[in-house]
Amino acid sequence: MTAADATAGVATDAGAHPGGAPPPRVSGGLPVLGHLLELRRQPIELLRRAHAERGEVAELRLARLPLVMLYGEEAQEAFFRAPEEQLDQAAAYPFMKPIFGEGVVFDAPPERRKEALRNQSLRDKQMRGHAEVIAHETERMVEGMGQQGEIDLLDFFAELTIYTSSACLIGKPFREELTPEFSSVYHDLERGTDAIAYVNPHLPIPSFRKRDRARRRLVELVTEIMEARKGSGQAKGDLLDILMRVHHEDGRPRFSADEITGMFISMMFAGHHTTSGTAAWTLIELLWHPEYRASVVNELDQLYADGSEVSYHALREIPRLENAIKETLRLHPPLIVLMRKVLYDFHYKGWTVSPGKLVGTSPAVSNRLPECFPDPERFDPARYAEGREEDRLHPFGWIPFGAGRHRCVGAAFAMIQLKAIFSVLLERFEFDLAQPAATYHNDHSKMVVQLAQPCRVRYRRRPEKALA
Amino acid sequence: MRIRVDLDLCQGHGTCAEEAPEVFAVDEKESKVIIREERPPDALHVKVKRAVRFCPTRALSIVED
Repeated sequence: MTAADATAGVATDAGAHPGGAPPPRVSGGLPVLGHLLELRRQPIELLRRAHAERGEVAELRLARLPLVMLYGEEAQEAFFRAPEEQLDQAAAYPFMKPIFGEGVVFDAPPERRKEALRNQSLRDKQMRGHAEVIAHETERMVEGMGQQGEIDLLDFFAELTIYTSSACLIGKPFREELTPEFSSVYHDLERGTDAIAYVNPHLPIPSFRKRDRARRRLVELVTEIMEARKGSGQAKGDLLDILMRVHHEDGRPRFSADEITGMFISMMFAGHHTTSGTAAWTLIELLWHPEYRASVVNELDQLYADGSEVSYHALREIPRLENAIKETLRLHPPLIVLMRKVLYDFHYKGWTVSPGKLVGTSPAVSNRLPECFPDPERFDPARYAEGREEDRLHPFGWIPFGAGRHRCVGAAFAMIQLKAIFSVLLERFEFDLAQPAATYHNDHSKMVVQLAQPCRVRYRRRPEKALA
Repeated sequence: MRIRVDLDLCQGHGTCAEEAPEVFAVDEKESKVIIREERPPDALHVKVKRAVRFCPTRALSIVED
């Protein structure tokens, strides 16, 4: 008997599995909280252990809620191909609802959630404009940095990506109305994603109180911006303007400041901590691998030697830089577990997962499976070079952006953004680690994974380059 | 050359329609690709290959006859 069997009495549905065997349980869950505390403390270790103990299909418990993890390309493909009516994405993330607010995204019916692309901002046609904005925002961030100094990677990239995502997704006028306070308050929202939300997302714990305070403050900031716009009577032509102009038949505004703030939070959320973290980790990996970094700097020097624009190259291939970003995403995926709620029986091989349970996949585990990625612990950007292309070879194995119908709609935007950011940073500056190499690590205590502070690097401005 | 699409994967980004508008379009309502010519003429093969290569969701593939 394993410890998992010992917890069987607590499970809600033993025996109710028409057509297939129930998924085998992972050892070590506590009677009431299951594996929740371990998930908050050492999530990657837990997710790996589940795979090591049980193989392709392994059941954990988040408090009372069973979470059936699926591992390996084949099981992951079944997960990613399942229709929305069977595996519901929104219901799996209860910690997001207090962040987005009532009536926004995860509170909306599935057919409305598909509208991310329909609002056009992520379509291919928009990317050139986005690349220009991102290059410009990065230049603004570094303008006042002087000849040399130190930055904290989390603070730096979190602020930069607030400006880039607000400017690209909501509009440049709105971005100009933001202050650094917006970025730091937004950070408190992201910190309010404790997995204890699976017990209750409104527990009176400090991080949830801070989350709610942060959301109220963001509504205040957006209200101030709206009031100022009403006062000036000037049209700015961005998304905020459009939303403010929608009225009910009786003349009342259709959207409150609270609802508009919720929409903006949700539009920015998926692209913010993810891009910010990936930028930071890409720089760390490049600093850990000086030879490869030199080859990337060399690649950029050649591309920009003729004075061409960042917005031109960011839309095109920058192979060595891109491969470094892809390898960073493989080793440090911003989302370490992707989940869905089962709405009707989910069958895989001989197993059945019954409705009400969660199913999940883990980019953190999947991206290091040796059958897809030989020598998986090694930083090896050449995996993606022509001839190997391990990401294309294993589309359901290389899953930092997920896969299938819910694959990150912002993936292309994210790559362009990272290419533009690093074109500016690496052409303008040389970087060095400012603390021992092994001290850079992620803080996994929240569902939104972020770099643990301090995470500082030193920079020194390079002699003036051709970069226009 | 024949073009294949996996509609489970397509999200309607429209990269293919930018690369080869003669062959691809986007159904805006469904956010899915429309393939105008499943067997494009030789003159378009280079463009089609680019479209397949740059598809952000890897929904497109080519089957050689």
